[in-house]
Amino acid sequence: MAYLDHAATTPMLPEAIEAMTAHLAVTGNASSLHAPGRRARRTVEEGRETLAAALGARPSEVVLTSGGTEADNLAVKGLYWARRDADPRRTRVLASPVEHHAVLDAVDWLATHEGADVEYLPVDRYGRVHPEALREAIARDPGSVALATVMWANNEIGTVMPVRGLADAAAEFGVPLHADAVQAVGQVPVDFAASGLAAMTVSSHKIGGPYGIGALLLGREYTPVPVLHGGGQERHVRSGTLDVPAVAAFAVAARLATERREEFAREVGALRDGLVTAVRAVVPDAILGGDPDERLPANAHFTFPGCEGDSLLLLLDAAGIACSTGSACTAGIAQPSHVLLATGTDPDLARGTLRFSLGHTSTEEDVKAVAEAIGPAVERARTAGLS
Amino acid sequence: MSGGVDSAVAAARAAEAGHEVTGVHLALSANPQSFRTGARGCCTIEDSRDARRAADVIGIPFYVWDLAERFREDVVDDFVAEYEAGRTPNPCLRCNEKIKFAALLDKALALGFDAVCTGHYATVVLGDDGTRELHRASDMAKDQSYVLGVLDEKQLAHAMFPLGDTLTTKDEIRAEAERRGLAVAKKPDSHDICFIADGDTQGFLASRLGKAEGDIVDEAGTKVGTHEGAYGFTVGQRKGLRIGHPAADGKPRYVLDISPVNNTVTVGPVEALDVTALTAIKPRWCGTAPEGPGRYTAQLRAHGGETEVTAALVDGQLTVTFAEPVRGVAPGQAIVLYDGTRVVGSATIATTTRRTTQPTPA
Repeated sequence: MAYLDHAATTPMLPEAIEAMTAHLAVTGNASSLHAPGRRARRTVEEGRETLAAALGARPSEVVLTSGGTEADNLAVKGLYWARRDADPRRTRVLASPVEHHAVLDAVDWLATHEGADVEYLPVDRYGRVHPEALREAIARDPGSVALATVMWANNEIGTVMPVRGLADAAAEFGVPLHADAVQAVGQVPVDFAASGLAAMTVSSHKIGGPYGIGALLLGREYTPVPVLHGGGQERHVRSGTLDVPAVAAFAVAARLATERREEFAREVGALRDGLVTAVRAVVPDAILGGDPDERLPANAHFTFPGCEGDSLLLLLDAAGIACSTGSACTAGIAQPSHVLLATGTDPDLARGTLRFSLGHTSTEEDVKAVAEAIGPAVERARTAGLS
Repeated sequence: MSGGVDSAVAAARAAEAGHEVTGVHLALSANPQSFRTGARGCCTIEDSRDARRAADVIGIPFYVWDLAERFREDVVDDFVAEYEAGRTPNPCLRCNEKIKFAALLDKALALGFDAVCTGHYATVVLGDDGTRELHRASDMAKDQSYVLGVLDEKQLAHAMFPLGDTLTTKDEIRAEAERRGLAVAKKPDSHDICFIADGDTQGFLASRLGKAEGDIVDEAGTKVGTHEGAYGFTVGQRKGLRIGHPAADGKPRYVLDISPVNNTVTVGPVEALDVTALTAIKPRWCGTAPEGPGRYTAQLRAHGGETEVTAALVDGQLTVTFAEPVRGVAPGQAIVLYDGTRVVGSATIATTTRRTTQPTPA
């Protein structure tokens, strides 16, 4: 089995499994005042410090959540509500059109339920938002902007955004910028303090930690309105008893992902380049998606003209290769990718996409398996056509 | 895999027999409703989830294929057009002919699969001359060869019906599903037209075709009532006529004829429904077309019985004479001809010949 869907989820690191299992048998609610509670809190706070150090943040800026989706929702909805409550004129939300659905659908919800005026920022053919485009959009009426949100790196096509430049543009007007950095951590340098972001989403299971935990890094001056109300944990921004073993394991994964980032980028990047070369050698008209240079080292995204991405996925799955079409599903029905459509790709062409995402367990054998299987798969998928 | 128990057991049996099986759920509605109550065939997210769950338990890959556009063109639009023309279509037949064993099969063959396997109760056997024959299921009570009677030899060559040779009852199929750990074991059967969510065919047609008030007349042409659209009726229908006063002879009246041209529905006594012969168009043969007239048994409805006929192909059109008059034969329905248990072919009923009835004295 060649597992090439690490952007969906990547195997847990042995060190993270060790940290997690070590804490599973230990009792203690991190909010309790007694000894077991204090012990749990110590684990949580040490984990928080590790996460902060790995991501260039202060420990108090780490708001633990149930994962990337929750962190995105908290940032987008919470900051919108807080900023609008402070000044009712602030109803504009500026978002890139290539966001993950966790951001996109939250933004849409604000438009349909909370009176938000959503504006999608223009992107270039690689799906990148240029700082000038953000600056221009804000400058049209700076006082009406609640927040802007642009992902650090795209989960489908792998393009890395100019985050610092975008944050500078937002800062000129005092507008908070949120970035979903779920795919970026461990692949490109991610430093919250240096980025100038107001808020940043990270997820554990994409970097070798357990499922079900993530964090919103949140500048201390921001107090979003909570999405989850309750016991007042996490700066009163995100209530809920903390998952102590998951925090410990997430912290280990984040530390290792950051420590190993350069080596990962070099080695996995080389494998990825080999995969791209191999696919293009067999299928010369395959189109590489995303920015050829400013991209995630583990991402290879292709469009195969005349093919249904779903057909390719089925055929590769049958050949023992796990990859993704990259696009979201509605009731399991393949839709053309909104990311590709935003980059101006023809809708029929946008149906023929495949995303190979490599990770810490990827090998030369995985690449070889793709090189052998992709030719016949594309040939068959073309015969089946775009039915 | 519709999400029902039959296709789940069929998939499990095929996988167990050593075939490399991939589960496919057809998305046939562009806007699937999420949680419809009860089981109504396909098209829902809930059904797709049930099918996926069954595939996971069986241990086979599972995909949803979006054939909504083809389904709308070939089945739904055809269904509406047929009713509009005063005929009574069977959309399940059309779906088997145009979707499951055409659009789906073509895509599957292109992707390297060998056959489409479904949970229909019917049997495919290899004939003496090497061709494939479609036969009734071993258990006549569950036989579904009628809705497969539109398949030609090429389609049959790539069809598999693992439930066809079962002599087990439906309860036993459910027990088998239970034994295999398939959660759909207790799911109720679907009987309705899958694309009419609430089962209200009249309402569906009215929403598509609008209201068109017209007359209900008796055999003599005398107006006895009004209707809101001739398309809403089926030959042989008794209920829902809403004729205020009873007939002169006090007997119930039935729909005898629907005339979309002048938007008129003709009603009359039950005897007037007796049909002695019919013609049928667009014949499709499960093998070579028969030469000259022959004696067959015929089935005229999905759950109808068998009746003895003599059939002949005349100028590409099927002429059928019944040994005994039959009732409730509606243009648009399919007639499927059998030679013993073997399906010979099918055609769409175009016209019927009624046994002459004596007009009721005034």
